[in-house]
Amino acid sequence: MTAGESSSARYSLQRESDTLTVGLHDAWALSAGLARPGPVIEALEASPRPRRLAFRAEGLASWDSSLVAFVHAVAAEARRRGLEVDTSALPEGAGKLLGLARAVPPEAAPPSAEDDSLLSRVGRVALAASATAGDALAFVGEMTLAFLAFLRGRARYRRVDLLHALEASGVAALGIVALINFLIGAVLAFVGAVQLAQFGATIYVADLVAVGITRELGALMTGIVMSGRTGASFAAVLGTMTVNEEVDALRTMGLRPVEFLVVPRVLATALMMPALVAYADLLGLLGGAFVAVVGLDLGTLQYLQQTRDALALRHVLIGLAKSVAFGAIVATSGCYYGIHCGRSAAAVGEATTRAVVTGILLVVVADAVFTVVCHVLQL
Amino acid sequence: MGARAEIEVRDLTMGYGDRVVQRDVAFTVGRGEIFVIMGDSGCGKSTLMRHMVGLNEPRSGDVYYDGEGYWAAGEERREDLKRRFGVLYQYAALFSSMTLAENVSLPLVERGGLGRGEALEVARLKLALVGLAGFEDHYPAEISGGMKKRAGLARAMALDPDILYFDEPSAGLDPLSSRRLDDLILELRESLGTTIVLVTHELASIFELGDDAVFLDAEKKTMTARGRPTELKDCPDPKVRAFLTRGRL
Repeated sequence: MTAGESSSARYSLQRESDTLTVGLHDAWALSAGLARPGPVIEALEASPRPRRLAFRAEGLASWDSSLVAFVHAVAAEARRRGLEVDTSALPEGAGKLLGLARAVPPEAAPPSAEDDSLLSRVGRVALAASATAGDALAFVGEMTLAFLAFLRGRARYRRVDLLHALEASGVAALGIVALINFLIGAVLAFVGAVQLAQFGATIYVADLVAVGITRELGALMTGIVMSGRTGASFAAVLGTMTVNEEVDALRTMGLRPVEFLVVPRVLATALMMPALVAYADLLGLLGGAFVAVVGLDLGTLQYLQQTRDALALRHVLIGLAKSVAFGAIVATSGCYYGIHCGRSAAAVGEATTRAVVTGILLVVVADAVFTVVCHVLQL
Repeated sequence: MGARAEIEVRDLTMGYGDRVVQRDVAFTVGRGEIFVIMGDSGCGKSTLMRHMVGLNEPRSGDVYYDGEGYWAAGEERREDLKRRFGVLYQYAALFSSMTLAENVSLPLVERGGLGRGEALEVARLKLALVGLAGFEDHYPAEISGGMKKRAGLARAMALDPDILYFDEPSAGLDPLSSRRLDDLILELRESLGTTIVLVTHELASIFELGDDAVFLDAEKKTMTARGRPTELKDCPDPKVRAFLTRGRL
């Protein structure tokens, strides 16, 4: 006779000819942890193999789900090995619960497990990627048609939605855009000054800040902020509308969701982004000036003079041109993932995350493309 | 039964991805009839409705409205056919950013070609028909589940459709609200002669409302019974009998 113990839950094993008997003793409680079925499984494997597994419960003081879970697991192992299982000696309630746990209705049978090999996983990822690419292409096509309808004045949308989107992606974003860009300007000035000071060229901090902010960082940082703010908001709102069947309701009313929901949002963001970036540029320059004048002891007039000399109109225009593209990218990403959201609360969260990650990624890729094109065109 | 067929579902096979939900579903719905699509949870009742209202494209087969195939029609014609029906979704699907009056007037303005003022007048009437007079300026978040369903119904019938689809109208409602909604459905049919297609597994509604019904089986993945619900209680299929009598299989 051997014994297996786990905290206060206890059992012992007894082998008589071809029957293995599990004797259950004492109090079984979930709070004391689950009993390990290991010793029973070892005994099931022992040679000569038992042909019958029985349970005895004379010494059982009390029980809860921990006992049922243990017996269920052990009995399943025994049945898998072709043993006959006798649970008739268990308390009546435990026996009924075990019966319920085994009675799986046919329609509730779990789906067969997916093949988890590396090849299958790679295949699934590839198929999902190609499906997403197809969906995205169809979405962009649908959006293009919707924009053409808008330009011809035929798009069906509510003007108030466009105004709301203009506010959400414009005025409402001023605070965070201002803060981020002021700090980026300040950090750029500070980091640049440390390097330039080694050559006695601290005044060129003004050039660095002016060109860096207007041509590159103002638009880039605003694009990233807008992706996390407005792109996420669009994905969450449209995702929730999808879950609530509001998007289906639009379709059955004969309204195109892309025309009705996406066009106003993409248009509003693309229109507001240049204004936001112009504001971001100003705040970035101010951040740089603040560090230069307060921290680096450069004269205010001297700094402003240097900034004015460095600031060519083309740098500002390139930044603003980028901003229109970034706005369209951020809003399209948010709306795409919102409209293609699954039908659960978790799906809305996933859609929002994907919208933000894809939005930021595409903004940075677009920025790289702009940089290369500007370099080739010597702008 | 016996009325001229207004909707005909012919050999419809439906699915998502690799999974077939239902195959070879075929039935007709007569004009002015209340037709019930019933079956156990997950059998594809709502999926069938989504195919009938043009939200999902079938694998094969088609849905005919007065003899005209919906999926065989071009996209523009399909948009016109959509004007023939209204849909009440399971949780009403009201637009949360709009008031009830704005919700109901949206299809009137965008599809009916009415001016905003006229649309609001009609919306007020439709809301009054479903017992929501005085709630025009409320937002969906400010009203109860039963009221949302009724507002959704007002929106579904905004354009005076010939056919109304209801997806689980009793879902989430207490028995009294559910009963009131059933009465409303009957009144609409009596007064407007609207054809009604009802997706439900509520036995009370099935027997109270259904002129004709189809039973979808989740295991066999096809329809296994068709007929008047009261008569289907004696259907040879044990699962249909058990479903309609809350009996054991």
